[in-house]
Amino acid sequence: MAMDAVASPSSNRKLDTSALRQSKITGAILLFLALITALIFAQVEGGDAVFRLSRPTDTWALPNLVVPAGPFNWVAVAILTFLGVRQWMSKTGKGASLALGLGFAIFIAAFLVWATAGKAFSLTGMLQATMVRAVPIAMGGLAGVLSERVAVVNIGIEGILLSGAFTGALVGSLLGNWIGLIAAILVGGMFGFILAALVVTYRVDQIIAGVVINLFVLGLTSYVSSQVFSEYRFLNNAPVFRAINIPILSDIPVIGPMFFQQNIFVYGALIMVAAATYYLFYTKHGLHARSVGEHPQAADTLGINVYRVRYVHVIMGGMVAGFGGAFLTLGLVGRFDDNMTNGRGFIGLAAMIFGRWHPVGALMAALIFGFADSLQQKMALLQTPIPSEFLAMAPYIATIVVVAGIVGRSRMPAADGKPYIKE
Amino acid sequence: MDIELRGITKRFGEVVANSGVNLQIKAGEVLGLLGENGAGKSTMMNVLSGLYRPDEGEIVIDGKPVQFDGPGDGIRAGIGMVHQHFMLVPVFTVAENVVLGVEPTGPFDSLDLKTARKQVREINETYGLEVDPDALIENLPVGIQQRVEIIKVLFREADVLIFDEPTAVLTPQEVTDFFKIVRALKDAGKALVFITHKLHEILEIADRINVLRAGQIVGECLPGEKTDIELAEMMVGRPVNLEVEKKPYAPGEVLLDVKDLTILREDDSLAVDDVSFSVRRNEVVGIAGVQGNGQSALVEALAGVHRVAGGTISFEGKDITRTSARARHKMGFAHIPEDRLKNGVVTNFTIAENMVLNSYYDERYSKGVSMDWNAVNEHAAEYAAAFDVRTPSIFETLNHLSGGNQQKMVVAREMSRDTQLMIAAHPTRGLDVGSIEYIHSRLMHARDEGDAVLIVSSELDEVIALSDRILVMFKGRIVAEFGAGGRPVDKNDIGLAMAGATL
Ligand SMILES: Nc1ncnc2c1ncn2[C@@H]1O[C@H](COP(=O)(O)OP(=O)(O)OP(=O)(O)O)[C@@H](O)[C@H]1O
Ligand SMILES: [Mg+2]
Repeated sequence: MAMDAVASPSSNRKLDTSALRQSKITGAILLFLALITALIFAQVEGGDAVFRLSRPTDTWALPNLVVPAGPFNWVAVAILTFLGVRQWMSKTGKGASLALGLGFAIFIAAFLVWATAGKAFSLTGMLQATMVRAVPIAMGGLAGVLSERVAVVNIGIEGILLSGAFTGALVGSLLGNWIGLIAAILVGGMFGFILAALVVTYRVDQIIAGVVINLFVLGLTSYVSSQVFSEYRFLNNAPVFRAINIPILSDIPVIGPMFFQQNIFVYGALIMVAAATYYLFYTKHGLHARSVGEHPQAADTLGINVYRVRYVHVIMGGMVAGFGGAFLTLGLVGRFDDNMTNGRGFIGLAAMIFGRWHPVGALMAALIFGFADSLQQKMALLQTPIPSEFLAMAPYIATIVVVAGIVGRSRMPAADGKPYIKE
Repeated sequence: MDIELRGITKRFGEVVANSGVNLQIKAGEVLGLLGENGAGKSTMMNVLSGLYRPDEGEIVIDGKPVQFDGPGDGIRAGIGMVHQHFMLVPVFTVAENVVLGVEPTGPFDSLDLKTARKQVREINETYGLEVDPDALIENLPVGIQQRVEIIKVLFREADVLIFDEPTAVLTPQEVTDFFKIVRALKDAGKALVFITHKLHEILEIADRINVLRAGQIVGECLPGEKTDIELAEMMVGRPVNLEVEKKPYAPGEVLLDVKDLTILREDDSLAVDDVSFSVRRNEVVGIAGVQGNGQSALVEALAGVHRVAGGTISFEGKDITRTSARARHKMGFAHIPEDRLKNGVVTNFTIAENMVLNSYYDERYSKGVSMDWNAVNEHAAEYAAAFDVRTPSIFETLNHLSGGNQQKMVVAREMSRDTQLMIAAHPTRGLDVGSIEYIHSRLMHARDEGDAVLIVSSELDEVIALSDRILVMFKGRIVAEFGAGGRPVDKNDIGLAMAGATL
């Protein structure tokens, strides 16, 4: 039988392996982080950084975490240097991504300690904000996962999020938040249907079709909000879903406020991510969907209706994006603003890629982005010497670094973006 | 189950792929189908399996005419096809591929993979297939992937199994195993259709032979009645020389010199392990070996499309280890890649466009930034004709060509220049005997003109027929050399070396 002959390189020969190359790069990055930490973050004049882990009103209050800034950061420098040198000298090149992940965590901790030195900072509040910021992005990412798993690239997610936000505000103002939410989901589904019709049936280029949806929604909602909402303010004043505390769970320190003191959008998003994971990887129809994304011709020869599967999933993706968009209005501020999604749909697509086309991965990536985003907001309040423009870039840089460095190469569905033409 | 095709005609625009074909397929029998590249074999089988709808004629199953509206219908009627290009999802497991479309399920639509695995094992046992249901397809060698295709159709309780060139990508050992499976299926009362270009195979396994030419059945016979030479003539319509004519061996200076070459796979495992050899002008060096022993990586590294981890490659005495594929191409490298669809062509480009894929920038085909399409078309037409690429025109896109004609197009492109070094991986895979004769003669011509020729093939007969020297690869190393300075060429010895025996 022709099995691949596998052997591992003998250690006495010098070979240019990709693991070694990666290890060198990782080592260099870690040493660079150590340098920054030493030159900037460790240069604090005394002072403790105080992290509040709970609020006075909490049932089980944790004491504040008090960190002596200088010593902590010098320890961070030492660890980063050790990791960096170890990776640089490594002969096997193993453990590069673990070291990089660890290194970044330490670096961010050092940064936080430096920025907070001599002040107090609410960690719990930041984590709660992280979740809130992650939801629309995670929903954009999940919408992307659903449609790209059946090989339809959905650039229109940005526009569909915006349409969900708009519909939620308008219908919510008139008929209440529940009807508003349902309407937003339906409108999202409708755009999903339009995209599917364009790209599956009429084989319009997928990117162009998505861009058209984005431009259309942006133009229409901007027009209505500037011409109509400004005149008739009651049309843009929707009731907001309140937070529901889950008994007992919401009292857990740190975790409770983040996951269990939120409104139905956050719970809905978490449930959807779990449901989508089960659906895609453990059910019959999920298997059909993935086969259509990987090898539509094979699916077709086995009697799976490629076109129908694509329609269904792109519409589902649209509905998820509609839900995520409604969160911005019905879950947060109750009113629609011009272009209020502001690129979250695109970040959602990035989250999908970083999450390797997996719902949980997309959520994780969205959380990283949300963390960086809420961190930069808090930092702006702490008045660090870093210009706010640079801070605003942090979430994007964090996402790129995490993706490129730690997640590494990922593989998209093999037929992604390609129309299927039946013989 | 018995099947009859009556007066089947299938057209693609102007092209008549099948015209008025009558064919009988009987239970417990292997029907062998022979025919030139583009004769219409695959088309006919696609009609039978429901993938294509015939323009005329009907399919009769056990006396009842049937109509298929899609590929699902064929399989429901008990007709299963193992395609020329496998229809497997590479990132799925064996069990997932097998049950796709007819999954056993539990509550909440959940996939019941436990049952699926059990069913796969049952089929394994009945027909002696030995496939691990949990293996990922992309990690399996082609021979095993093919068994997965067979399990797939058996799982759907097919009574008719169609094999379209199943042996084209198999190693000799795999072919032997495959024939065992075919016999087991036959004994179980299945009706089988077997398409191949290898005459000795059809003589060995078929119970009845039909020959197709230009979309029509031109002959029917029993395997005992005809020799391979007669079959070849029946197929091509002219006498074919099955032997390679070779001038005496007179090697020139060393052209390609490989020293201590080591190549790694993506996961850093060794593909080629410290290999050294050289190829001279006027010499054909054959690399024999069971697939998966590093030949693919070696060829890619020589062509400049695979990173080298250690050692050197030199050409005319110059170190070219790190030079680009294009630079090598300009030095006179020709490369016939192993997987033509993946690395050789753009399937939705036309023949003319594909013909200049590697030389479009040449002065002959472009002026400044604009292409000189007249020159391209002229060149493409000339070489398509010389290599007998059967196509209505050079403006046809490549995916409309038959498998063999796609291969001929690649070979034509690579041989259409003044080359120094010819690297040919499976140059005649999927070709009919007439085309093989021609391409072999072209390879010999290149050798006699002063080229160095390197041939990689798992087809031992081909390697022996063409090569002046044969190197055997096993687990990434060159383990034996035959011919010229090495031991005398002996088919059995080479086979043993390929299997890893130390001689
Ligand atoms: N989808 C298609 N569109 C247009 N023409 C086609 C298509 N499929 C096949 N043809 C043409 O039909 C003819 C028969 O092709 P077919 O694939 O049946 O040949 P074949 O006998 O299987 O050849 P090979 O041995 O090379 O695989 C060829 O001339 C081919 O160009
Ligand atoms: Mg064919």
